[in-house]
Parts: sequence; structure tokens; C-alpha cells
Amino acid sequence: MNEIKKDRSKKYLNPYLGGVLLGLVLLSANFIAGRGLGASGAVKSVIVTATTTVAPSAAEKSGFVKEYMESHKGNPMKNWLVFQMAGVIVGGFLSGALSGRLKLKVEHSPKITSRRRLIFALAGGILFGFGSQLGRGCTSGAALSGMAVLSLGGFVTMMAIFGTGFALAYFFRKNWI
Amino acid sequence: MGPLAVNEIISENTNLFFAFLIGIGFGYVLEASGFSSSRKLAGVFYGYDMVVLKVFFTAAITAMTGLLLFSLFGWIDLSLVYINPLYVTSAIVGGIIMGGGFILGGYCPGTSFCGASIGKIDAMVFIAGLFIGVALFAAGFNWFEGLYMAAFRGDPKISTALKMSDGFFALLLILAALAMFWVAEIVEKKFPREEY
Repeated sequence: MNEIKKDRSKKYLNPYLGGVLLGLVLLSANFIAGRGLGASGAVKSVIVTATTTVAPSAAEKSGFVKEYMESHKGNPMKNWLVFQMAGVIVGGFLSGALSGRLKLKVEHSPKITSRRRLIFALAGGILFGFGSQLGRGCTSGAALSGMAVLSLGGFVTMMAIFGTGFALAYFFRKNWI
Repeated sequence: MGPLAVNEIISENTNLFFAFLIGIGFGYVLEASGFSSSRKLAGVFYGYDMVVLKVFFTAAITAMTGLLLFSLFGWIDLSLVYINPLYVTSAIVGGIIMGGGFILGGYCPGTSFCGASIGKIDAMVFIAGLFIGVALFAAGFNWFEGLYMAAFRGDPKISTALKMSDGFFALLLILAALAMFWVAEIVEKKFPREEY
């Protein structure tokens, strides 16, 4: 058991090395594109595209789509974050494949059922999706990328996200520990 | 010179190609650091695994220092780099809702795609939730617009708001990060846990 643990922990990158590498990726994004990393923006592009395709009349009336179209030119799928997120899926898959971590499974604490884990995952996703739109970006786009360019907004969002996580941790401890 | 795309040194399509490459790097590093596991990510809130704090703050200070040095060397014009605007109310309320999503779901949007890429079904369900959440915001946008647009403050830098130079604030942030890393190492020893 101990050996398995040792073996497994070795497979992950040293977190400080991982952090420096992630910082260099973020620096490249700023140097090349003049913007940081992001994730929720790609989901937004898909929703805007879906709305304009499936229900064009509703899209015309939607303040959300209008707001998006005013700030983004052209096809919402031909968007920097959409291409970047496609890369994330490829990069994550490559790392998982090279470390032997590709496996279809529901990851959860042995104290809870898969069903409970999936219900909470869905609820968490809904909240995060909603919050990322209200907060104009998620942990990547608002908090991490914002901090790197010293954006006050980035620091405020980062503190709100992690502060809330810590404040609520006690009530959801059964799911994790 | 930089940012290359803004200065039209590279075309829009080349920029999109770089976006894909940068995404590969992003996803690779996240997965290799263990961010594809919700139980590792949630560890930061309970002290048994502080990898989120270590990677997140190391990345932030690395990129921040890199940008300041690039600017000093004249390699990048920081005034052309996107700085997130500050709408005080929505930044705080949105952040609080996201924090709730984090502790319930165990992922954030970027890490959920990373988890899904190696087969985590809980991450795929989280992503389904993301789409529902964004769609709900879109559908109710007219109701939330007031909150969304409230208390706009432009795109201020934290260093300006604190009346410091960028470099001095950067130094303070690096020192704060080092202090947090030190605490994180102690916390992990204090709340060890079995294989998960």
C-alpha cells in the first residue's frame, strides 16, 4: 500500500515546477495574444452559437447574445478561447496517456456513493457556469490571468472564490474527507 | 514587439493556431500537476493536499514577474495587454457563487475539461452543469443585467489602487506567496491522509 502511494505521488509533477511551467504558458499567452488563459469563455461561445442556431428569434431579443456580439466580431466559435480549450483537452489527454491515468471512472470519496458525487458535480457545474458569467471569467480567466496582469478585479474574484470555498468547506466535508 | 497578435506581427489565424498550442501546454501542465482529480483539488479546502495553492500562486508570480521583465526589456507593451475590468458587485457575487460551485463540484471550468480528457465521469457531468449554468445566465440575462453592470470601476491595477509601483507590489506578492507555501507545507504535514 505504501509503495503504491509512493509510486503514484511520483507520477505527478512537483507542484512548484508545475506552477512555473503554467506561469510560462500564461506568459506566452500574454506575449502572443495579449490576453491570458480562460475556460468558461469557450462554454459561453458554444451557448451563444447554440442560441443563434437553434432559436435565432430568441437570440435577437437576448441581451446576453447582443452583449457578446458587441464585444466579439465574427463567428463565436472562431474564438481564441475555443481553440485554447480544444488544446486543453488534447494536452490533458496526452499527459494522462503518458502517465497511465486514462480511465473511465467516477472519482469520489469511499464515504459517498457515485450517485451522490455526480449530483454534487452537476450542481457545482451549474453554479460555476452561472457564476463565471456574472463574474466575467472563472478561476483561469479572472483569478489566475487577472492576477498575473495585476488586475484589481482578478484579485477580488480570486479572494471571493477561495474565501467562499473555505467558508463552506465544513458543511460539505463528508463529500471529500 | 509583443503582444504579437495585437501588434499584427502575426495574423489572426496564426494567433488561433497558437491558442491551440498554448491550450495543449495548459492542459498538459494541469493534468501532470494532478488537477484532473477533484479530490486533489478539493484538498486545498481541507489541508490534506495544497497542490492548488502551490501551483496557482507559483504560476501567478511567474507570469507576473515575466511580464514585468518583458516590459522592462521593451519586449512587450503592457498597455496593449488585456486587463480584466472591475465591476465590484458582480466580481464579488460571481466569485461567491463560483466558490460554492468549487466546493460542491470539486472542479473549476478549466480543470473539469482536463479531468474529462482522461475519463473522469464526474468531470463530464460537471461540464454538463457548466453549460446549464451559462445557459441559465443567458436566459435570465435581462433580470441579472443590473447586477452584472453595477459598480463599474474601469480596469484598475491593484498596484495603482494601493498607490505602489508595479514592481514593489510584485515583490510583496512574491513574499506573500513564499509565506503561503511555507504554511502549506506545514498544513499538509498536520492533516495527512491515506491514499485517495
